[in-house]
Amino acid sequence: MPIPNHVLRFLFFLLVRVLVIFMLGLNIKRRNLLPKDGPAIVIANHNSHLDTLVLISLFPLKLLPRIRPIAAADYFLRNPVFAWFSTRVIGIIPIQRGSAQKGFDPLAPCYEALDQDMILVLFPEGSRGEPERLSRFKKGVAWLVERYPTVPVTPVLLYGLGKALPKNDFVLVPFFCDVLVGENMYFNADKHQFMALLTDRFAQLTDEGHFPDWE
Amino acid sequence: MNDNPVLLAAVGGLWGLLFVASLLVFALVRLKPDRDYAELIARTQSWWVMIGAFSVMLLASRNVALIFLAIVSFLALKEYFSRIPTRRADRRVLFWAYLAIPLQYYWISGNWYGMFIIFIPVYMFLFIALRMIIAQKTDGFLQAAATIHWGMMTCIFSISHAAYLLMLPDTGTWGATGGAGLLFYLVFLTQFNDVGQYVWGKMFGRHKVLPIVSPNKTWEGLVGGVATTVLFAALLAPYLTPFNFTHAIMTGALIGLFGFIGDVSISAIKRDLGIKDFSSLIPGHGGVLDRVDSLTFTVPLFFHFMHYFYY
Repeated sequence: MPIPNHVLRFLFFLLVRVLVIFMLGLNIKRRNLLPKDGPAIVIANHNSHLDTLVLISLFPLKLLPRIRPIAAADYFLRNPVFAWFSTRVIGIIPIQRGSAQKGFDPLAPCYEALDQDMILVLFPEGSRGEPERLSRFKKGVAWLVERYPTVPVTPVLLYGLGKALPKNDFVLVPFFCDVLVGENMYFNADKHQFMALLTDRFAQLTDEGHFPDWE
Repeated sequence: MNDNPVLLAAVGGLWGLLFVASLLVFALVRLKPDRDYAELIARTQSWWVMIGAFSVMLLASRNVALIFLAIVSFLALKEYFSRIPTRRADRRVLFWAYLAIPLQYYWISGNWYGMFIIFIPVYMFLFIALRMIIAQKTDGFLQAAATIHWGMMTCIFSISHAAYLLMLPDTGTWGATGGAGLLFYLVFLTQFNDVGQYVWGKMFGRHKVLPIVSPNKTWEGLVGGVATTVLFAALLAPYLTPFNFTHAIMTGALIGLFGFIGDVSISAIKRDLGIKDFSSLIPGHGGVLDRVDSLTFTVPLFFHFMHYFYY
């Protein structure tokens, strides 16, 4: 698990915070439900590179050293400069996407982080996908939660960032970002049931949002 | 720094009014503690912040005021674009709409009246259509063009008239408060009118004006509010404006009535969108656009009233 440069990370997220408030703007519902300490798992939908930045900026800066987003190694470590920025400044924990080989657990770095009382930020859709559309959650998250049944899982629905900066685009257009935090969840005896519960929770949050069309 | 004594007195008076209003709220909370005052307290606290920012804007330099108003335009437009349905194909179109803000305020800072007055309604109106055509998506084209233009007209064009008040030359026909005095007069009366209509409505309101658009608005609130605004317009006019008595009365009625219409127009949009507020940026008030709703109508009307009779 790579160790980020805490000073650079602090300065970077201070800047992100100012830009997020001014250029985007946040409408946050139930911020008080976000974890106040680790170990904890935050699960969000994924539409934009801004997702990680906005999610991290929701937490107080003093928690910053504890917050680690989980991200795909093949994408974020694709060249040395990007890898340096992702691991040292953003502070990602890279994991291998796709098939798990025998005797190799792609989630091992997550276990290590949770054992160190970190707050993990996960995007179970696996990819940013189509803007403002929820794709199916990958089951890896259930494996993780099964192993840590006492760690709270906080669902967070983000809306608007896929409009502000969608996949394959580089022009940022200001849009408010809605952040809907859901009630904490815990592993409930079965991986399929947990995934069903998670999907259901995100559907509820989406309904609550009354979001305008984006077609 | 603007150290005109009349303007300083006006701003001081506003703080005095705010202080008295806060004391009343405090007394109310103490005397009748059984009710929930969270919203009223949040509203009052937000007024301190807003009046603080407004005072800085009026008393600092003209460029600070222009930047401040450009930010108001930006925040209002951002709330609007975030809440209306927009088309995926128009993402870059919205980007251009935002770019109109610095341009519009740039024309104003150069005192270029001709460009200021046609840039949004003519050039941007045509340019947005042109840029939308490049995306080649015809489904919902008219609705998108119309909603984008409506946002630019209210959030940029209307609000920017407040900035142009600051550029009007001092004709020397009244005290030397100039544009800053006019801006104070306009914004104070518009916001005071909102509060006045609210208070009159709370106390005596029985007959609804527009039950479908805005069920809380009553004839009693409207008439009482307009009358109070006319009174204050007449009292303040000799110090802050070149208006004679008749024009002061007319301006008060104009601000009172069209402040109401601006307010309910934005309410109609919110009802159409199924939302209560445009954002939660200002605790107790909603978003920036919820706060400047009346101004989107009163600012251009007041400006052109001034411009017609005095310039």
